[in-house]
Amino acid sequence: MSETGSRGPGQVFADFLGLGEVRLQVCRGCGRQIFYPRVLCPGCGGRDLNWQPISGKGTVYSTTTVRQRPERGGDYNVAIVELAEGARLMSRIEGIDPSAVRIGMQVAAAIADSDEGPLLVFRPAEAAAD
Amino acid sequence: MAAEIRGSAAAVGLGLSGIGERPGFTHLDLLGEAVAAALDDCGLALADIDGLFTANMVNILPTLTVAEYLGIRPAVAVGTNTGGNSFVDHLLWAALALDAGLCKVALICYGSNARSGPPAGAPDQPPYEARYRPREPISSYALAAARHMHQYGTSREQLAAVAVSARCWAQLNPVAVAREPLTVEEVLASRMISDPLSVLDCCLVTDGAGAVVLVAAERARDFPQRPVYLLGCATAQSHRQIGQMPDLTVTPAAESGRRAYDMARVAPGEIDVLQLYDAFTINVVLFLEDLGFCAKGEGGSLAATDAIRPGGRLPVNTNGGGLACVHPGMYGIFATIEAVEQLRGGAGARQVAGAELALVHGNGGLLSCQTTAILGTASTL
Repeated sequence: MSETGSRGPGQVFADFLGLGEVRLQVCRGCGRQIFYPRVLCPGCGGRDLNWQPISGKGTVYSTTTVRQRPERGGDYNVAIVELAEGARLMSRIEGIDPSAVRIGMQVAAAIADSDEGPLLVFRPAEAAAD
Repeated sequence: MAAEIRGSAAAVGLGLSGIGERPGFTHLDLLGEAVAAALDDCGLALADIDGLFTANMVNILPTLTVAEYLGIRPAVAVGTNTGGNSFVDHLLWAALALDAGLCKVALICYGSNARSGPPAGAPDQPPYEARYRPREPISSYALAAARHMHQYGTSREQLAAVAVSARCWAQLNPVAVAREPLTVEEVLASRMISDPLSVLDCCLVTDGAGAVVLVAAERARDFPQRPVYLLGCATAQSHRQIGQMPDLTVTPAAESGRRAYDMARVAPGEIDVLQLYDAFTINVVLFLEDLGFCAKGEGGSLAATDAIRPGGRLPVNTNGGGLACVHPGMYGIFATIEAVEQLRGGAGARQVAGAELALVHGNGGLLSCQTTAILGTASTL
């Protein structure tokens, strides 16, 4: 059954992030990688979900630069990343000028600090390997 | 089953109010004025309304709030809220309720003071996406536009042409808010909000209210205006937040359109006038494709021709749309009203000659929920 125990799936996801790990649920029934965390598989309805580390490899599926005045922090990136294992999620590509992010770009997962705690972000794959 | 809905209900009353800016009036005040106008249009009284279909972005119990304001106690009250398409979706439930005899007079209505009222909060941002601070709803539509440009070569110029077309239509509509001429160059040069969408790729933010009164078809000829019949209506949804949309270049309109055409027994080529929910320029491109007016990927090319402009073979958003006429946050009621106006034949300088079949397409959420309705004159029954 679910490995979330007494912690809800959103809490478990955040717990792993806090430990410096990115884990997502993978359905033992159909093999689907699930984002965002939940109590059943949206692909097959399966309840047997396994928290697995992600490979961290992804591809930019789409990207936008949100324009913001410099005094408010300047422009920033918002992207949709498709993970190598299949799940797609909104994130941010860091370590690169926001307007230089391209669809199809290979990216690697990283954990950034934010006001609301650890945040899953991505960096260009080459840069992340340095 | 679908055949029984076709032609079973008709719009007999229309009302608009507060298009543009109406400081000092609440969203309910504007809604009340639109309802009063719709009742005057069809000669009915408030006490005749026994079916209420309404939604807004302010009240979590919209049918209670609106019915109380109007002083009515409807036997049927539907407050489904899937975003701006809700009112187009309400056409289906109104027709079913009328056909089942659950109510005799159905009112679909909406009011908003998004322009002059207090700033609206954003109470329900999906948490896994909100933490990346997308400027919603613009960023989600920008992500869809960027993907469409990447996959099909759609250009910013083609998107800009959608905004220019909307202005061309708005210049023919005395109630439209943005009537100054606009060029593609001006759209391209306007302030970027969330690439590739600039401020002129985005709809207006206005006040506004609309109301539509429907009755069963057998009564429809007893009213002063030419009745406009609901021939088909279908809704499809695929996601709430943009990261969960299966393909950013294909909206659920592909499914809602197919089911609505089936119900109406109409093909895209037969449609005389289109009202496509244009919260952003990319919407029109996506919906022209998904609703079968061109192949996937060719919506940008089509939108950049004169076809969708006044005098074109495929008139789109004849009131000026959300981009140039009115957009108080939820546009579906206004698209519906314009379609009925066109089929009544009373749209003045912007009238599409001989219009008998209209398509109304409503969009809700972040391309999340799509409703397609086909409306027709008596000759199409």
